[in-house]
Amino acid sequence: MKINDVILRTITRIIVFIILTFGVYLFLSGHNTPGGGFIGGLVLASAIVLLYLTSDIESIRKSLPFDFKLVAALGVLLATGTGFGSILFGVPFMSQTFAYFELPIFGKTELTTVTIFEAGVVLAVVGVVVTIILSMSESEEA
Amino acid sequence: METLIILLIGILVTVATYLILSRNIIRVILGTAVFSHAVHLLILTMGDLKRGSVPLLKEAEAPYTDALPQALILTAIVISFAVTAFILVLAFRAYQEAGSDDLHELRGTNDE
Amino acid sequence: MNNLVVLPLIIPIMVGVILVFLRPYIRLQRVISLLTMIGVSGLSIYMLNVIQTDGIIRLDFGGWKPPFGILFVGDSFAVLLVLTASIVTAVCLIYAFSSIGEKHEKMFFYPFVLFLIAGVNGSFLTGDLFNLFVCFELMLLASYALVTLGGEKVQLRESIKYVVINVLASWFFLVALAYLYGTLGTLNMAHISERVAEAGQDPLLTTISIVFLLVFSLKAGLLLFFWLPGSYSVPPTAVAALFGALLTKVGIYALFRMFTLIFYHEPSITHQLIGIMAGVTIILGCMGALAYKDVRLIVSYNVVIAVGFILIGLAIATPTAIEGSIYYIIHDMIAKALLFLLAGAMIKMTGVTKFDQMSGLIRNSPIFGWMFFIVTCSLAGIPPLSGFVGKILVGQSAIEAGSYVLLALAFFSSIVVLYSLLRIFLNAIFGETIISKEDEVPLKKGLLIPVVLLGFGTISLGLGAEALADYVSNAAYTLTNPAVYIEAVLGGDE
Repeated sequence: MKINDVILRTITRIIVFIILTFGVYLFLSGHNTPGGGFIGGLVLASAIVLLYLTSDIESIRKSLPFDFKLVAALGVLLATGTGFGSILFGVPFMSQTFAYFELPIFGKTELTTVTIFEAGVVLAVVGVVVTIILSMSESEEA
Repeated sequence: METLIILLIGILVTVATYLILSRNIIRVILGTAVFSHAVHLLILTMGDLKRGSVPLLKEAEAPYTDALPQALILTAIVISFAVTAFILVLAFRAYQEAGSDDLHELRGTNDE
Repeated sequence: MNNLVVLPLIIPIMVGVILVFLRPYIRLQRVISLLTMIGVSGLSIYMLNVIQTDGIIRLDFGGWKPPFGILFVGDSFAVLLVLTASIVTAVCLIYAFSSIGEKHEKMFFYPFVLFLIAGVNGSFLTGDLFNLFVCFELMLLASYALVTLGGEKVQLRESIKYVVINVLASWFFLVALAYLYGTLGTLNMAHISERVAEAGQDPLLTTISIVFLLVFSLKAGLLLFFWLPGSYSVPPTAVAALFGALLTKVGIYALFRMFTLIFYHEPSITHQLIGIMAGVTIILGCMGALAYKDVRLIVSYNVVIAVGFILIGLAIATPTAIEGSIYYIIHDMIAKALLFLLAGAMIKMTGVTKFDQMSGLIRNSPIFGWMFFIVTCSLAGIPPLSGFVGKILVGQSAIEAGSYVLLALAFFSSIVVLYSLLRIFLNAIFGETIISKEDEVPLKKGLLIPVVLLGFGTISLGLGAEALADYVSNAAYTLTNPAVYIEAVLGGDE
């Protein structure tokens, strides 16, 4: 079935960037203001799913050549790894720490280990969501 | 306010029960989704509805509301999201394999 | 603070995730997953000894002090179960190496087994009720994936029921959690116990406790076991053995924890109810075990009978009874895994599932036949095998407490178990062989080794019960004295 969806395609091209930016914003602000890895990841995944909806799977696969199962696995590894890291430092599991750094452009910036954990969550969510959507749509064609 | 929400939860549970008892597998899945919404509302209500300000430092003055129910709900949402996604894929595979989305026909025979 | 406690949860998860990346290298996956389980077993033996010398160990995640943060608590009961679960998983993995098939192994079989065991270990070790829910879900998600692995029609059909039932049970779990939080304002198990003890267990709390009873009964297969035989008989043997050995035990563990640590004030209501449910479970389980001829279904109903038996110990709730139940849980994990593996091997050898169509397997593989005999005796509670210690302690305490009905049911169930398995033994194992010389497939070493290992396990658990006695009595002591647990959790840092 071929749908002539000019409106959807045109809008998608613009809106995907807005969604992606918003997703990254949510993820980065997550550790002490509203936001966080999970919803950030969902927003990012929704952008990717939108891309899949408007173009065919093959061309998206060429431009995003990841196995999303591995993305999810990498995310979980990162998230549990930050928890595990605190064991190596001899503090309780899942302890977090933060510090302030002087960065060239951003000035005084707060960097936390939670962000690494959240990055893991983001990757896991994106990976899982896209894997699910793909596994359903692929088997439909078969 | 609590009473209203409890009534709402009751309606949601009724709807979900009706859905989950039907023979169509998609309705069963929708039923479990509605069930999970009902219980999220219940957790929120049980932790006392809005008393105090946003539980974020620097955003508002104390006293803050209890942030725990929200954390619990977020976790529960993540889990129910994963489970619902899994059942959807499962139901789809079963539909492909058995050619039916009717639970009655998926019941199997007594002697296998 | 002791980071040891979290390792049985976090190591399997991390290794499982790493195995996802190693998807094409099956041999490597096998070696790594087996080594992980052996490592976790070794770790839990070490933890048991630490607990013996230093008392209960705990870990506050991220350094947040209880009751505000979530935490893991390792007492003897939990760690004993972690140890047994890890050993059983290691053995089932060996069985899976030569039976599960490459197709499954490439579909992330080993990562899912490791996630399953992570969920099981997490449920045993957690000290927070909501965390218990999360670990349950981790375990269940892995089990959903394992049930459906392979994607045969009958598997998909049974797994839909299994998944929906468990989703519903999890829903009730959340409802019970919400009520409990609304009533007591805390989810830390030790803190809940303290508050219940202070305020007294009023009818409202007793009702909540019954909702919890309902939830965990569904998971453990106590009375509400109607989903169990179907879904435990469809997956591949190694998976079924893991389920039969571990999943119901997690529900049983949760029941023990809830009704010895938190809701122990109204035994005339809750424990009475558990007793009735256990009795009915035994009767219905016995009917099932006698009614079917399909080996897998008989084995599944034997799981149900054991659940009933173990919970008799909880219903009586004297220190001796609890001790007996702990012995019996450990025994049952090993013996049920063995039984499932044997049933799977029988079906593999003959190609049929009903025992009256099999005959003379002992001529094909004598060791196999005698292993079946050993597990039959062990489950029936014949000394010196491992079932004996648990049965005698539960029986003794039932007499002391005057629960003669439960006593009669417990020993009646032993006879039924013996009969149901001897029936298989006489029909399928003894007699003239039906497999002709040309068709005979020798039982692979990879299938025989795990069976012999578990058989050895049940013998040595019976003979060496003395070695475990210290740990078990310590576990029973903690369970019957909630104050010890509460002190360990809320009593400040060590």
